[in-house]
Amino acid sequence: MKNNTADSVKKHKEKRSAKAKISSVVMCAPITIWSVLFILLPVAMLLFMSFMTKGPLGRVLYQFTFDNYAEILKPVYLVVVKQSFIIAFWTTLLTILLGYPLAAFIARVKKKTSGVLTVLLMLPLWVSGLVILYSFVVILNSSGTLNSFLLALGIIKEPLELLYTNFAVILGMVYMFLPFAVLPMYSSIEKLDPGLMEASKDLGAGPVKTFFKVTLPLTSPGIFAAVILTFIPCIGYYMVTDMLGGGTSMMVGNLIYRQYTIARNWPFGAALSIILAMIILLMVFIYTRFGGDLDDLGA
Amino acid sequence: MEKKRGKKKAASVIAKIYVILLFIFIYAPVVVMIVFSFNDSRANVVWSGFTLKYYKKLFVDSGIWEVFGTTLLIAVISTLIGVFVGTTGAVGLRSAKFKGKKLIMNTIYFPIVIPEIVLAVATLLVFNLSNVSLSIGTIIIGNTTLVLPYVYITVKARLAGMDPSIEEASLDLGADRLYTFLHVTLPAIMPGVMSGAFMAFSLVLDELIVTSFLANAETTTLPMKVYSMIKKGISPEINALTTLIFAFCMVCLLIYLIKWAFDVHKVKKARANAML
Repeated sequence: MKNNTADSVKKHKEKRSAKAKISSVVMCAPITIWSVLFILLPVAMLLFMSFMTKGPLGRVLYQFTFDNYAEILKPVYLVVVKQSFIIAFWTTLLTILLGYPLAAFIARVKKKTSGVLTVLLMLPLWVSGLVILYSFVVILNSSGTLNSFLLALGIIKEPLELLYTNFAVILGMVYMFLPFAVLPMYSSIEKLDPGLMEASKDLGAGPVKTFFKVTLPLTSPGIFAAVILTFIPCIGYYMVTDMLGGGTSMMVGNLIYRQYTIARNWPFGAALSIILAMIILLMVFIYTRFGGDLDDLGA
Repeated sequence: MEKKRGKKKAASVIAKIYVILLFIFIYAPVVVMIVFSFNDSRANVVWSGFTLKYYKKLFVDSGIWEVFGTTLLIAVISTLIGVFVGTTGAVGLRSAKFKGKKLIMNTIYFPIVIPEIVLAVATLLVFNLSNVSLSIGTIIIGNTTLVLPYVYITVKARLAGMDPSIEEASLDLGADRLYTFLHVTLPAIMPGVMSGAFMAFSLVLDELIVTSFLANAETTTLPMKVYSMIKKGISPEINALTTLIFAFCMVCLLIYLIKWAFDVHKVKKARANAML
């Protein structure tokens, strides 16, 4: 009798696992097909295109070449790459330095207040990042809001040339990415056990020491995530440089954009994209190696 | 003790001032946008008097409403497909075992970790090399790919916090897989699905890079229109439109806050009654 029950349970389990298999195939199919068709295949095409030859009138000749990669090493383009990394570096640094205290503040206040503050933080970008970028043109130009304000106060005698500089680009970038950087830092600070800080204090450490030895290391995953979330889009986001930067501040994103619009050099644009993707995947690899969670990048 | 408390108070005042300054930085451009939507001069650089003409123009100019409709259509469909694929994927990949599963799971994160412009270019190449002409459909596919990881991640996070034994219980009680998914799993992960959907929807609404690479000459979305108008230097109508959207969001937020205050009041009252 006992054996019988065990047998029937076993049979039942087997039947169930067979059914589970079918249902899991059905459930996995859409995302698997989508990922293969619209993520893996495009990346493969990009790689393929980066080895093709540029033809006349923006056409593509299907002949294998390394020229597109060699082209990137030309000084003209290396300057752009260097410039991109400098702007992305300063943007990321400023965003983290400005955002961390804000994240800490939001993590400390009452739950409802923190919810409202988060919404207020994201709201301008939800409404439209682009239009707000344009507001910076109005604020920063030589007869604009900021200059009129400073002139009226007598702080400056002549209007400052703020627009179309790297300063304007970095300001715009910090504005665009600050909210996205605050969120992961906020969630890692919120998870922090306040008892640990108490313990550090009780053991005689001052607030500065407690911050650098306890708080900062424990919230570093959030900071890492914020760095990735700022640095990556910063390099590819051509609109900010387009609107706020002068002709001199070009970034890799602008360069790629050009290859698909004015310059019509698809293979070179593909090679640039591949290099950019490789550099960023390397950064992400380092991020995960140091214990970073990819899931933190999406929330 | 007294000194320590004083120090703490000073620190909290400084923290508050810092946060206020940062929010001034965040909202200064918004205020400028709103103010200049009422500005009489087209130049949009100096103030030259109050007007409502751009709002009037906005409602009369049918072009912008058509653009608005296209944008909404793209956002809604991309979100729906993204939510379907992302949710079934997150649930399915949780327990499935097959070759290449790891590759797929890593691939899903690609649209987040690579710059948008790379994804845009790569997707354009697929359509171009397979002779698919650009349309609203290609825009929707590109945007869906872009938002898919966000839905997947939020649903996955929700699933991780769910007790798997409730699904087991449903199956033990004789419900089939589909019934269990629809009536047990889905309600449990609904908050994750909804927040993923919301994120996806707001991302697509403001998406420019992927959309403009995958659009044909006839299709224009709101961000594309805004960008081209800004480049031409004509934008008071856009300021007016954005001000309206902003006002709408603010009203929603207010309603939410009032509802919350009302709920708190009710809870307190109920508690007081229970105590009696």
